[in-house]
Amino acid sequence: MIGILDYGMANLRSVQKAFVQVGSDAQILKTPEDIRSCDHLVLPGVGALADAVTTIRNRGLDQPILEHIRSGKPFLGICLGLQMLFEVGYEDGEHRALGVFAGKCVRFEVDQTHGLKVPHMGWNQLNVVRLSPLMQDIPEGASVYFVHSYHVVPEDESVVATTTDYGGAFVSSIWRDNVIATQFHPEKSQSVGLMMLKNFARM
Amino acid sequence: MLTKRIIPCLDVDRGRVVKGVKFFDHVDAGDPIEQAKRYQTQGADELVFYDITASHEGRGIMADVVQRVVEECFMPLTVGGGIRTLEDATRLIQAGAEKVSVNSAAVKHPQLLADIARKFGRCATVLGLDANRVFKDGVEVWEVFINGGRTATGIRVMDWVKQAEQLGAGEIVLNVMNTDGTKSGYDLEMTRAVSDAVKIPVVASGGAGSPEDMFLVLTRGHADAALAASIFHFNEYTVGSVKQYLHQRGVPVRLV
Repeated sequence: MIGILDYGMANLRSVQKAFVQVGSDAQILKTPEDIRSCDHLVLPGVGALADAVTTIRNRGLDQPILEHIRSGKPFLGICLGLQMLFEVGYEDGEHRALGVFAGKCVRFEVDQTHGLKVPHMGWNQLNVVRLSPLMQDIPEGASVYFVHSYHVVPEDESVVATTTDYGGAFVSSIWRDNVIATQFHPEKSQSVGLMMLKNFARM
Repeated sequence: MLTKRIIPCLDVDRGRVVKGVKFFDHVDAGDPIEQAKRYQTQGADELVFYDITASHEGRGIMADVVQRVVEECFMPLTVGGGIRTLEDATRLIQAGAEKVSVNSAAVKHPQLLADIARKFGRCATVLGLDANRVFKDGVEVWEVFINGGRTATGIRVMDWVKQAEQLGAGEIVLNVMNTDGTKSGYDLEMTRAVSDAVKIPVVASGGAGSPEDMFLVLTRGHADAALAASIFHFNEYTVGSVKQYLHQRGVPVRLV
């Protein structure tokens, strides 16, 4: 069973329906016990990083998430679900996040330096650095849907799976062992995104 | 490279897609779910649903439409029209909308933009704006209109877009009433002025009659995305054919 964590801050229906479309049993999870019972855990999210992390901690969901990751079971973070995995975020101040990976989450500065619009909103291409299980059978240069103002900067570059160009390359997905996380939205990326979710379900 | 987005817009009245000319005289253009699926197949980059239902009773229908669309369309969806409160926005986002577009209510209660941005992020918060070129004492001004284009506000377009950006809007859909539904081309001058004045993406709306109109607004008009309704609804052009045309003219688009 694929569990999609509901902590009150995400558009969960889109993610759930996308998994159902590719033939997976996808359920919405709400409690620590729910997390412990699932094989594949998906952490989606929109909104502010600090609010999301605080909500997750207040509901006692942070430790079960970290236990799931440590157990080696497949984990997928989407958008804020990627950003939360790092140590610290800089959205309206400095905030501690879940700290699974060393590094930080920072705002794009391309509006200042290149005159580009922020949020980075729309379809952009993936440059494969390391072929993660998510990217199996995905055509080179495939476009996926992004909508975000912040991006992650890992200290350990070996976790980078793809980069994307927006006034320079930024990290658009990471992969280490059982953990994959994307800045883009597979559930909103039409057939390419559905194929990625199918790949995740097979992990 | 980030591609320019082509966005079909579906005006929905009590659960049916309609298309009007200059805001009035709506004709039936089909079932929203079928239309959404058709556009997904054609390679649309996003969809905008605009609820024009006048009655209170009819308004719950939109969340139901959104729920059904996200079961079959795996692409970003923006919903606008009739959003007056944070609760309205919450209901639509929980139904599956990626973004909500606030128009009249943002003018009446600017704090609404900040509240939505606070709860769902700037990325989910869209300012919808109906702009009109009007003459006042013989001088042309660009004025914001609300209530479906029926009510003048006295607010200048350029002032409002900058204020909305500060409040928390993450995107602006600029609909120019003078060109809306005419198929005579987008208002390039106003679109360019708005896009250059803010650092958030601007979606051009109102006046698309041909692929060339889209080319012009995405290049000379500095728009980040082009929204259109009637040229797609009645099969004059497909989204795919427009994108092929733009690609040949050197505009970065996502081809499927």
